[in-house]
Amino acid sequence: MCLGVPGNIVSIEGDLADVNFGGVIRRVSLMLCNDVKIGDYVLVHVGFAIQRLEKEDALETLRLFEEIEKAHHAST
Amino acid sequence: MHQRNSSYKADVTTAIIREISRLANRPFRFMEVCGTHTVSIFRSGIRSLLPKEIELVSGPGCPVCVTPVGEIDRAISMAALKDVTLLTFGDLMKVPGTYSSLSDERAKGKDIRVITSPLDALEVAIREPDRRIVFFGVGFETTSPAIAASVKEAKARRISNFYLLSCQRLIPPAMKTLLSSGNTKIDGFILPGHVSVIIGKRPYSFISDRFSLTGVITGFEALDILEGIYMLLRQHKEGRSDIEVQYKRAVKQEGNTLALKIMEEVFKPVSARWRGLGIIPESGMALREGFNRMDATAAFDIPYEDKPDPPGCLCGEILQGIKLPRECSLFGTRCVPQDPVGPCMVSSEGSCAAFYRYGG
Repeated sequence: MCLGVPGNIVSIEGDLADVNFGGVIRRVSLMLCNDVKIGDYVLVHVGFAIQRLEKEDALETLRLFEEIEKAHHAST
Repeated sequence: MHQRNSSYKADVTTAIIREISRLANRPFRFMEVCGTHTVSIFRSGIRSLLPKEIELVSGPGCPVCVTPVGEIDRAISMAALKDVTLLTFGDLMKVPGTYSSLSDERAKGKDIRVITSPLDALEVAIREPDRRIVFFGVGFETTSPAIAASVKEAKARRISNFYLLSCQRLIPPAMKTLLSSGNTKIDGFILPGHVSVIIGKRPYSFISDRFSLTGVITGFEALDILEGIYMLLRQHKEGRSDIEVQYKRAVKQEGNTLALKIMEEVFKPVSARWRGLGIIPESGMALREGFNRMDATAAFDIPYEDKPDPPGCLCGEILQGIKLPRECSLFGTRCVPQDPVGPCMVSSEGSCAAFYRYGG
């Protein structure tokens, strides 16, 4: 039930944004997450953006994966 | 991660599982608290990839599953009142009450409708001013801010025929109760990603400070979950018990402060009953005084009554990680997704439904 779907903000009008979810555009409330701009990725739950997704942090996760992969290759 | 090709993902998966196998030098039992994790773990086949030393158990992390029978009965009673339209999330429709479910009641002609956002309830209330619109709101901290924002909006727009039947629950008090009971034997928690988007890291500190257990706030992709398990094991190897964040792309240390502020403004924590866990102090959410007019329990004067769980149903023990679905005598025989007895078989995120669908 706590599903959150990431989408990309295509337009903003007051407290509402149009968000693109892989080609489907839905209207989303920004009442819980208003520090956003067009182009940002947001996590959406029951019609509300609940967080802006941080690209840098996503990359950090990737770096950790890469470290583990390197460790794996080094040990084989 | 999404831009990477599948062979890259396969390489990384192999590497992480190898590291997990190396670190799992004794049996470990980790609890995933969130139903969305349960589904992702089954769907991705993670259980079959892990070494036998690692056991994953599901906890009380599906709002539908922890909703007690008495709450379903109360919602059904409300839907029977004159001019009332009951709105709720689809997941709740098939949960059996004592005699019937919301879905059965709708089939009998009651005005019960499914919505996907609490804001939809306001639109229905504006469109149908002669109806009394009751939103039966369940959910954890992920959902409560959205319900709070909708309540504020209803007040600001003076929508006088909107009511909330609040059946929301807070996760950390339930985890505290689980650990205090001493019945749930685990080494650490795969902590819920989206609840934590809202509440951040701090509310979990009792896990490490008081119970010396580990916890990692984890995302929902298969690789996120594997990395979460790897981070838990790394803490055990290093002799630490901390709360760490794996799901950094969405979870900030302090959570979503705006959402927390709105939730705090509209709701106050109250004692609430959980299926299987009993009454837990400060684990429910009631409307604060400024929003009393919208409180469906006061407006319609239908008090909550405790009702027993269905005979033979082990959902209570399953929600505490004490029993597995296959240990329930009803599982797969009298209790199946098409005709469920307990809520863990109803909700697609319930432990029983996941075991039934994917095996385990």
